[in-house]
Amino acid sequence: MKDNLLKTPSSQSGLYIHIPFCKSKCGYCSFYSIKSLNPIPDFIDALQKEVKFYSKTFKSFDTVYFGGGTPSLLRPQQLETILKTVNKYYKIDPHSEITIEVNPGDVSLEYFKALHSIGINRLNIGVQSFDDQILKFLGRRHSASDALASMKDARNAGFANIGIDLIYGVQHQNIKSWEKTLQTAINLKPEHISCYQLSLAPKTPLYSTYEAGGIKLPSNKMQAKYFFNTSEILENAGYLHYEVSNFARKEYLKSKHNMKYWNHVPYLGLGPAAHSFLNNKRWWNKSAVASYIKDISQDKMPVEEQELLTPAQLQLETLFLGLRTSTGIDLKLYEKNYCTDLLEDKKSIIDTLIKNHLVEIGGDFLRPTQTGMAVADSLALI
Amino acid sequence: MENIRNFSIIAHIDHGKSTLADRLIQFTGVCNERNFQDQILDSMDIERERGITIKSNAISLPYHAHDGKDYILNLIDTPGHVDFSYEVSRSLASCEGVLLLVDAAQGVQAQTLANLYLALEHNLEIIPIINKIDLPSADIDRVLEEIDSELGLDPDTHIKCSAKEGVGIEEILEAIVERIPPPKGDAENPLAALIFDAHYDSFRGTIIHCRVFEGIVKSGDIIKFMYNGTTYKVEEVGHFLLTRTKRDKLSAGDVGYIIAGVKTVADVRTGDTITLQDRPCSQPLPGFKEVKPVVFASIYPIASDDYQDLADSLEKYKLNDASFIYEKDSSVALGQGFRCGFLGLLHLDIVQERLEREYDLSIILSVPSVRYRFTLKDNKVIYVDNPAHYPDPAEIAKGEEPYIRAAMMLPERYLGTVMKLCMEKRGVNSIMNYTGPGRVELSYEMPLAEVIFDFYDRFKSVTQGYGSFDYDIIDYRESTLVLMDILVNGEKVDALSQIVHRDRARSRGLNACDRLKDEIPRQMFKIAIQGAIGSEIIARSTISAFRKDVTAKCYGGDISRKRKLLEKQKAGKKRMKMIGSVSIPQSAFLAVLKSDTD
Repeated sequence: MKDNLLKTPSSQSGLYIHIPFCKSKCGYCSFYSIKSLNPIPDFIDALQKEVKFYSKTFKSFDTVYFGGGTPSLLRPQQLETILKTVNKYYKIDPHSEITIEVNPGDVSLEYFKALHSIGINRLNIGVQSFDDQILKFLGRRHSASDALASMKDARNAGFANIGIDLIYGVQHQNIKSWEKTLQTAINLKPEHISCYQLSLAPKTPLYSTYEAGGIKLPSNKMQAKYFFNTSEILENAGYLHYEVSNFARKEYLKSKHNMKYWNHVPYLGLGPAAHSFLNNKRWWNKSAVASYIKDISQDKMPVEEQELLTPAQLQLETLFLGLRTSTGIDLKLYEKNYCTDLLEDKKSIIDTLIKNHLVEIGGDFLRPTQTGMAVADSLALI
Repeated sequence: MENIRNFSIIAHIDHGKSTLADRLIQFTGVCNERNFQDQILDSMDIERERGITIKSNAISLPYHAHDGKDYILNLIDTPGHVDFSYEVSRSLASCEGVLLLVDAAQGVQAQTLANLYLALEHNLEIIPIINKIDLPSADIDRVLEEIDSELGLDPDTHIKCSAKEGVGIEEILEAIVERIPPPKGDAENPLAALIFDAHYDSFRGTIIHCRVFEGIVKSGDIIKFMYNGTTYKVEEVGHFLLTRTKRDKLSAGDVGYIIAGVKTVADVRTGDTITLQDRPCSQPLPGFKEVKPVVFASIYPIASDDYQDLADSLEKYKLNDASFIYEKDSSVALGQGFRCGFLGLLHLDIVQERLEREYDLSIILSVPSVRYRFTLKDNKVIYVDNPAHYPDPAEIAKGEEPYIRAAMMLPERYLGTVMKLCMEKRGVNSIMNYTGPGRVELSYEMPLAEVIFDFYDRFKSVTQGYGSFDYDIIDYRESTLVLMDILVNGEKVDALSQIVHRDRARSRGLNACDRLKDEIPRQMFKIAIQGAIGSEIIARSTISAFRKDVTAKCYGGDISRKRKLLEKQKAGKKRMKMIGSVSIPQSAFLAVLKSDTD
């Protein structure tokens, strides 16, 4: 790799801002957050200082993503302050995708209007399910009707790009009830739907319950059935299955920000526990609000760790990330970056995979079929 | 010579042989507590872990006896597995007596008896020792009764001990002095020394372990190996104390070592007689037999880059293992490797384990084979130990396979199941003898190929460990042989091919397909495993594909974590061999030799 610089399809970087506060923790969630909301003002001060730290490294962004935690716990003015600071130090493309994750229980028509007025143009609503029993099991604060109401409010506030998150493979759920939830979602016509299979990360409450035998996960066979049924139902409803867990109503409605993760496009992550990536370097902040604030007050980067990726590591990432997406791996770019022809290199196994309808070659891309996408992790190990 | 005693300890596995040896060594003060490593005689890791002695070893113990005299007690350790029974016999031939160890709780066991027979064959003085008397489950009266009835020994001659607690050790040492006869022989006679072992030392070359029966050997002598007449100049002789200890000479009756510039242990034959070139003895000592490998398999590096490392490691390994042979070989499926010969499957296991452990190599072994004999239509006779060299079936006039005579000793209650097993293994010409009440000696003639195919493990399991088994190769017998290939997703994996008896082909093929199905992990696509004779498919199994393994989320923070996980999996995959598009784990290659009945 020349100069250790990874060539990427788009030069525009993405900005992620982690808002690490939650009124209550959901049993399955492994993202970093704290329940005390008191440090919010100090956090926002620190965050604005952190924004400045990187103004020499990053110049411009065309996506901004407020994730969490629960970003919708911030008042619109607080979000506006952050965005203003970002605008002050970086060039934000006028066509930027600016997303915020919201919790259906916390929002209102007024809140959405305010978000819209400060320039946020995309919402990701944490619906998770339209079944109250499942919402309760997952530890969500909101109800199914809250979700329906927030969707309506968001539309009325003028949002034209809305994504919703759903979870499947949960106790108390079966294929039928999941398909009902999917149908409800389709009827709401969101621009984007993410369907995540419940996965249990260590150190989460649900994981401990699982370890103790308190809950069961669906068998591998059932998980596959959920996956393929979901894909089929949403594709029939006109959605593009463009990443393992993500569906968009149109090509241009794919999550621009998340695509950067899968294409090795640089991104800057601000806030506790946020990850950043540039060229061959990845680094991440401390998962602690207090030390985050303290470090920044002492003009120190609140970085927990960084890693320099070897070409082999980047290559592996290119494989497992690219094979998660319907676009697949850009073979020309791959050859440019790693000086090797993937199709030549792995000819025999790729031939077998093609024969078994797991991958296909289209133009200059090696892409997974729907069957292949379900085993993307194994595909990456060819 | 009056002050020398040469003895060995024989026992059933786990009856405490190594522990007793340790206590004798400690008691006689050869080493102090500080440099004492438990179970010194089993010097290799593998030996310690498996609890078996692979190579024999010896140590000289100085002992001041109650009669006021000083003695040298030479303890010669013996390996404990059928693959090495010849080495055992040579070690015992170097002794005048044995300590026969019996566990106070378990009593007389299969190997106790088999070892006793070996000792009796060599006319050795036998001292029964009841060990582990400290165990709460010890039943000394019952064991005494068994020593009388099953071993036919005088129970009054026994000694009770607890090697673990150090009880009875002095009594044993006194018994060795009093009861085991001193060696006979005459230092004035021409030299006759029996080689019972050899090991390689990277500074001194081969160290020959020997028992001198007649004459004297000292540094500067020109010695001659009677087997092939080669001569060497002696550089050093000495005794085995904790380390080698140099002496002026070794005389009739002594056990010790000779260093004579012998390059590799392969230049030395266990059981051979050493004499002097200028004054040779008239006859070699009895019992010499050239040990030949009977089981053959190819070794390949998992990563073809490691070929040179493998070559170097085999060369080094060979220095210390005379019974191991190898030559270059290559496989379509597995690339460059080596064809190797072993004394048996345990020997093969040991070589594999040592290559992996001591030389840090990841290797794959092909399916082991015996050496077949084919007479071709043009009357040419060829030997084939590698299925890859199986002759064109149209050219074969006659196929023959090696037969063994299996000698088994077992309690009568297992007779039925063992006979059934032997017949299943194509055993013929059975001979049965009652050697004592409830105890049977059973002998069968069987194809060696059946014995390496999972016989020993099943024999042990059907006799619940009470059976002993030993074999000798007798001759070649005509057999209907075929070459059975294994195809994985339509591709022939030559390392899995086997030469089998026609009548067994289908069941062996099915067995191989089933075992491979268990060993090969499910992959992204369906895998068909087939057994074939030529183009005829005789067995088949299918490994279904797994349908989903991808993780649901992969965003900024997940990527490094995910990559590390995949890197780990990738490293694990390196231990597998890609054949075509299928990853086959190392274990699969040996698994086809196991039947699924155990």
